Amino acid sequence: MTTTDRTVRRSVAGARRELVVLGAVVVVLVALVLVGLGVGDIPLAPGQVVAALVGHGDTVSDFVIGQLRGPRVAAALLVGASLGVAGGIVQSVVRNPIASPDVIGITSGASASGLTAIVLFGVSGVGLFWTVLVGALVVSVLIAGLAWRRGITGNRVVLVGIGVAAMSVSVSGWMLTSGTVQQAGTALLWLSGSLNAVDPGIVGVLAVAFVVLGVAALVQSPRLTVLTLGDEVASSLGLRPNRAKVLLLLTAVCLTAAAVATAGPVSFVALMAAPIARRLVGGGRVALGPAAAVGAVIVLASDLVAQFALPGTTLPVGVVTGVVGAPYLLWLLARSR
Amino acid sequence: MNRVQARFPWRTYERALRALTTRSAITERAHGVRVASLPMRSPSSAPPAPSSVPRLVGATVLAVVVLVVAVALSIAFGSRPIPLAAVFDAVTHPGRDDEIGLIVLGNRVPRTVVGLLAGAALGVAGAVMQGITRNPLADPSVLGINSGAALAVVAGIALFGISGTAAYLPFAFAGAGLAALLVYGIASVARRGLTPVGLALSGAVVAAALASVTTAVLVTSQSLLDQLRFWQVGALAGKDLGAAGVITVPVLVGLGIAFALGRSLNTLALGDELAASLGQRVVLVRAVGGLVTVLLAGSAVAAAGPVAFIGLAVPHAVRRLSGPDHRWTILLSAVVAPALLLVADVIGRVVAYPGELQVGIVTALIGAPVFIALVRSKAVRGL
Repeated sequence: MTTTDRTVRRSVAGARRELVVLGAVVVVLVALVLVGLGVGDIPLAPGQVVAALVGHGDTVSDFVIGQLRGPRVAAALLVGASLGVAGGIVQSVVRNPIASPDVIGITSGASASGLTAIVLFGVSGVGLFWTVLVGALVVSVLIAGLAWRRGITGNRVVLVGIGVAAMSVSVSGWMLTSGTVQQAGTALLWLSGSLNAVDPGIVGVLAVAFVVLGVAALVQSPRLTVLTLGDEVASSLGLRPNRAKVLLLLTAVCLTAAAVATAGPVSFVALMAAPIARRLVGGGRVALGPAAAVGAVIVLASDLVAQFALPGTTLPVGVVTGVVGAPYLLWLLARSR
Repeated sequence: MNRVQARFPWRTYERALRALTTRSAITERAHGVRVASLPMRSPSSAPPAPSSVPRLVGATVLAVVVLVVAVALSIAFGSRPIPLAAVFDAVTHPGRDDEIGLIVLGNRVPRTVVGLLAGAALGVAGAVMQGITRNPLADPSVLGINSGAALAVVAGIALFGISGTAAYLPFAFAGAGLAALLVYGIASVARRGLTPVGLALSGAVVAAALASVTTAVLVTSQSLLDQLRFWQVGALAGKDLGAAGVITVPVLVGLGIAFALGRSLNTLALGDELAASLGQRVVLVRAVGGLVTVLLAGSAVAAAGPVAFIGLAVPHAVRRLSGPDHRWTILLSAVVAPALLLVADVIGRVVAYPGELQVGIVTALIGAPVFIALVRSKAVRGL
C-alpha cells in the first residue's frame, strides 16, 4: 500500500468519524432543545413541544414557545454555534489553543463598543448589531496591526490582545460608572453575557449572519487545515498565508460580533468549543462543524443551569460558562505551555 | 536595539558582581567562585558604566520635584473651581470650617494622601514583582493579584456585610495572596517552566476569571452594584483620612522590606543558578518578595480599588534613569508612582468635567499602551 493510499484512507475515515461525532452532538443538542423549550413555570411535555413546533400546538404552548422560550433557545443555539466556529478559526490561525477571541481582546472590544452604544446612545436591537460589528472590526485591526510582524503569529498577538483587552475593559468600566444605577445594572447584565432579555429582532439578524458567515467559514476550512501545517508548508502548497489568514480572521471577527451583539460577551465558549470538538473528532482535524455543535451545546446547557440552578434568580449565562471555562483554561495553560 | 534589553542583563551582572566581590570574599571562597573566570565581556564591547551616584541623586531630586508638583495639582484642581490663593489659605490655616476649607481639607487632601500611599505601594509592588519573576511584564494587575484582592473584598461585602477600608484590608490580603499562589502555581507546573509569556498569560487568565466572578456577584444585587461600581474600577474620589490611616502601616512596612530586598534582587537578576551558587537563598528571596507584593497590592486595593498598570509602567520608566540597580529602581518607583497616580487622578477630574473619570480607568488607558509597547519591543524574549 502506498503512502498516498494510506493518507486517503485515513482522511476518509476521519471525515466519516467527523460526521458520526457531528450526528451524536446534534442528538444531544435536540434533547437539550426539547428540555429548554419544555421546562419552566409552565411545563410542557416533549409531545406538546414537538406539536407546537410543527404547528399543531394549543394556544398556551404556542405562546410559551413562540414568544417566551423559542427566541431564547434559538439565541442560545446561534450564539454558541457562532462562538464555536469563531474560536476554532482563531485558534487554528494563530496556532495556539489559548488564542480564542475572548482571550485576545476581540470580544472585549466588541463589548466595549456595544456598552458605549447602550449607555450613551440608548441603542438596542439591530442598531446594536452594527455598532458591535464596527467596534469588533476596529479593535481587531488594531490588534492585528500592533502584533503584525511579517504576518500574524504566535504569542505576540495574544499579549497585544491582552493589552487591548485591558483598554477595552476600562472603557466598559467607564460606561458602568457614568450612567444611573439602573442603567449600570442593565449594562452589567449585558456585559456578563445574558440571554435574559434577548431581542427577537436581533435573533433574526443573527440567524442570517450565522448562515452567511458559516458558509464562508466552511468554504475556507480547507485553507485552515493547510495553514495549521505552518506558513512555509502552506505557501509551498500554493496558498498565500497572510491573505488566507486575514480572510479567515475577518470571518471569525464577524461571527464573534454577531454573537456579542445578541447576548453580550458569553465568556470562554469560543475558547472551549473547538478544542473539545477536535478531541472528539480526533486526528488533528480542524472540524468547524462539530465545533459549532459543541458551542451550541455548551451555551444551551449553561443557560439551563443559569435559569434553574438558583431558585428565584436567573443568572446570566456568561457567569455559568465563566465558572466552567476558567478552570478549563487554567488546565490548558498548565498543560500546554 | 531596545534600550531595556541593551542595558538590563549586562549592567545588572556587572553591578551585582562588583557588589558581591567587595562584600564577601568569604562567599567567594566558600563556593569556589572565581570572579575573573566568569565570562565577562571585554571592556570595549561593554555598554557604558552604570549610572553614577550624582546622576542617581539628580534623578531622585527630579522625581521628588515632580511628586510635589503632582500633590499641588491634586489639591488645587477639582470639580469646583477654587482660586489658588483660597486653596493655599485653606491648607495653611486648618480649622476653618467654611465651604472651601471643607472641600480642600475634607475632600482633596485625604484623596491625595490615599493616592500617595496607594501609588507608592503599587509602583514598588510592580518593581519587586519584575525583580522576583525576572519578567518585564509583571505587575499586580497583569498577574491578577489586584483582581484577587478585589474579588475577596466584594465577596466579603456580599457575604459578611463588611464595610470600610479597615474591614476590607484582611480580605484584600487574603485574595491577593491566593491569586498570587494560583498564578505562580499554574506558571510553574507548566511544561516549559516560568517563561515571561507563560506567567503573563496565566495572570491574564486568572484576572479575567476572577473579574467575571466579581461581575456575577455584582449582578445579583443592585445595592451592591451602587456601592461598588466606582470602587471596582479603581477610584480615589470620596476617600477619607481614615482609609489612609488604615493602610499607612502595611504600606510603610512593605516599602521598608522592599528596599531591604533590593540587593538580593540584584543578585537574583543573574539567574537562579548563579545567584544560588553565590550563596543566595533564591526561594527565600522569592517568598519574601511575594509577601511584600501581596502586602502592598492588597493595601492599595483595599483603599483605592484595583488600579491597573501603575506597577507595570513606572518601574520601566524609572529604569531608564536608575539603570538596573533594584535598590534605586524601588526608591524611584516609590516616588514616581504616586506622582503618576495623582496626575492620572487630576486628568480624570479635568477631562470629564463637571463629572469625574475614575483614576483606574485613566491609568489603564495610559498603562495598556505601555504594556503593548513592551510586548512589541524585544524586551520580552521568545516572541
